[in-house]
Amino acid sequence: MIEVKGIDSFYGKAQILSDLSFSIGAGEVVSILGRNGAGKTTTMKSIMQLVRPRNGSVTFNGTEVVGLPPYKVAKMGLGYVPEERRIFTDLTILENMEVGRQPARKGVPEWTIDLLFELFPNLSERRNNRGKALSGGEQQMLTIARTMMGNPTCLLLDEPSEGIAPVIVEQMAETIMQIKKQQLTVVLSEQNLHFARLVADRAIIIESGQKRFDGTFAELDAQPDIQEKYLSV
Amino acid sequence: MELFFAQLLTGLANAATLFLVASGLSLIFGVTRIVNFAHGSFYMLGAFIGYSLMQVLPGMFGFWLSVLLAGLAVGVIGVIVEILVLRPVYKAPELFQLVATFGVILVIQDVALYLWGADDVLGPRAPGLKGIVRIMGEPVPKYDLALIAITPFFLFGLWYLISKTRIGILVRAATQDREMVGALGVNQAWLFTGVFFLGATLAGLGGAIQLPKGGADLLMDFNILAAIFVVVVIGGMGSLPGAYVAAALISILNVFGVTFLPQSTLVLMFVVMAVVLMIKPYGLFGREEVAGEHGQVGEPERPIKPAGLKVRLLVAAGLLLLALLPVFGSDFSQVLTSDVIIFCLFAASLHFILGLGGLVSFGHAAFFGGGAYVAALLVSHVDAPMEIAFLLAPIGAGFAAFIIGWLCMRLTGVYFAMLTLAFAQLIWSLVYQWGEFTGGDDGLVDIWPSAWLNGTTPYYYFTLVFGIGGILLLRHAAHSPFGYALRASRDSSRQAEATGINTKRIQWAAFTFAGSLAGLSGALFVFSKGSVFPTELEIARSFDALIVIFLGGVKTLSGAVVGGASLEYAKDFLTRFEYWRLTLGLIIIFVVIVAPEGISGTLRKVAERFGIIRQREGES
Repeated sequence: MIEVKGIDSFYGKAQILSDLSFSIGAGEVVSILGRNGAGKTTTMKSIMQLVRPRNGSVTFNGTEVVGLPPYKVAKMGLGYVPEERRIFTDLTILENMEVGRQPARKGVPEWTIDLLFELFPNLSERRNNRGKALSGGEQQMLTIARTMMGNPTCLLLDEPSEGIAPVIVEQMAETIMQIKKQQLTVVLSEQNLHFARLVADRAIIIESGQKRFDGTFAELDAQPDIQEKYLSV
Repeated sequence: MELFFAQLLTGLANAATLFLVASGLSLIFGVTRIVNFAHGSFYMLGAFIGYSLMQVLPGMFGFWLSVLLAGLAVGVIGVIVEILVLRPVYKAPELFQLVATFGVILVIQDVALYLWGADDVLGPRAPGLKGIVRIMGEPVPKYDLALIAITPFFLFGLWYLISKTRIGILVRAATQDREMVGALGVNQAWLFTGVFFLGATLAGLGGAIQLPKGGADLLMDFNILAAIFVVVVIGGMGSLPGAYVAAALISILNVFGVTFLPQSTLVLMFVVMAVVLMIKPYGLFGREEVAGEHGQVGEPERPIKPAGLKVRLLVAAGLLLLALLPVFGSDFSQVLTSDVIIFCLFAASLHFILGLGGLVSFGHAAFFGGGAYVAALLVSHVDAPMEIAFLLAPIGAGFAAFIIGWLCMRLTGVYFAMLTLAFAQLIWSLVYQWGEFTGGDDGLVDIWPSAWLNGTTPYYYFTLVFGIGGILLLRHAAHSPFGYALRASRDSSRQAEATGINTKRIQWAAFTFAGSLAGLSGALFVFSKGSVFPTELEIARSFDALIVIFLGGVKTLSGAVVGGASLEYAKDFLTRFEYWRLTLGLIIIFVVIVAPEGISGTLRKVAERFGIIRQREGES
């Protein structure tokens, strides 16, 4: 579904990703793991074209996306949930979700506001509240709900567990499992191995913008040195 | 009481136009972050196009159809401007787009001159609404009542569009975080174009709807500009009810001002604005601007280093050439070069606070004209010798900058820019309306230098010494600890404060310093021309300096000087032709699109490629 081949991405003059390649199959839930500054967010942004890779290619369902504006990538069915949440704080919950709305897509069930409010009951109660009145966890839920309104076939989740209370993290894992049931492909970047293990089928570890590991969690557990080297703080 | 009520109605009727035009400006700024200087030109086009349509479309129906069509036509012109001029420069440094919209003003001025001629056009009366109604015995034009009745519908319609429709939701979302809106699948390029269409349409409607009251002329673009800026800022950026309340407030005050204090009309508006902003820094209904929003941060600044040997030699050679000019050049070339040097010093002083300080001032002419007026007033009222007047001019301008800086320093970004504009207009209107002291529109004349500086060449050398001296002083300050602290405050005020820099005080000092050097250039100016008029304090003069800085390159120290010299020489050449504004406007737009780093920045790139100056480390 997503094929990343040899991308180099830069912020100004600093190279963040070098020759990074991996692939994500349809219906998979894959976690991109790595420490702070390893290049997880840049990887997500490079798929979404919010950062344009200088070399290499990124294809989505066989179509090259490098060089496309982000809105076209989103219209192809890639849903992006940014790390900093970036909800529209002056807009209400309903209005935030309206911004993300896109027509239904073949092959995935259509998400409606009611369905999403079932998934996130907290949001339902506060639907007419402005974004700035929400807690961190509620904001995180809203970003996911907002992106789901675009009926994506593949969801890019950038550090969904960051900065929210443990109870909410568990709730979040529950939600992702439900989304997964709807045949959605999910790529999530994480520092939290525990959380990644709960939801993902496969782990990709990056460090200094390069891939260091790609395999199942069973395979990862068999190599404690890798965990030690690239994940422990 | 009766008169009071009638005047209230007149004020509300006048508010209709002001509200329409200002709400368009506010919308465009909210979404695109572009301060559209050309908005007054859209308004003027609306009036002229409406006038032409009314000549061919008869009757009451024809009148209102003309108003509507004029609005839509201007909307389409806005779209053309957005697509051709602004789209290529959205990624350019912040506020660079200002220059492009200024180019548009010049182009539209000449196009309007060509199509409608130089004479004022008297607006047709609205069919069916020609008479007056007596309200409590006072005559009130029917058309005024119609305007008062219509405006709330516009307000409601716009409010509904913005707060209740999907388009409005997208527009508000884009105001906050454009990049995220794009990542959610919305083509923001068309959203921008749509907002430009709407904003320009509103300006066009405003222009057409005021025809029965004000007609159309070629000065209306600049005349309304200050007023709509004031309305937007008093109401709060992006707030429609705010724009309405502010438009009503300003219009009503203006009507009463005309009756009770005719000397104060121009000043009043800016006094109100200054008072509102000092109490509510983000306007009556505005919210605090969030700095550094997502996806809207420019490229990191290149550090500015002292010039290398090659550049120093180049500058020395240039100075030598200037010093030898009287030997081989004509009198005219000396006068022209004096003008250029004076203008370069003025621009360089603005660059000091804008480029290095990050404080965008729209009212720097206050200090240029201020310096000129200080010197001229001293000479004409107390017969001060030229040397004393010349010395006191920068001090006087610096003092004005000290006060205005203190009042403006609490604001940032576009609010700061607007407040500086308001104070500059305040000074302009004081000078303009206080005729017995300042000479008003007739200016102050017979302000000549002392005998020892009589003649073209002595004064040329005088200008060279003080003009170039001032520029070198600014350059020196940029490389002093004061300059470092100023740049630190610009780049990261929090970190600068954490290292013990009082950022506000540094910026205030820089504002004062820049103001006094602008005053110095004003003093050089007044003694070279022998006279001074209120035009030296006008918005257009402030904009000249802004344009020059952006054209020259904000991020380079030489930008102001290179840009200033280019513009002055270009103007001298172009003004010999009839449609010089059109040509100059097109050149400005062309430079903006082709060389977004400015002339100086682009020259440096070329120089680096050919190895004339060293590349910075770590760059390729």
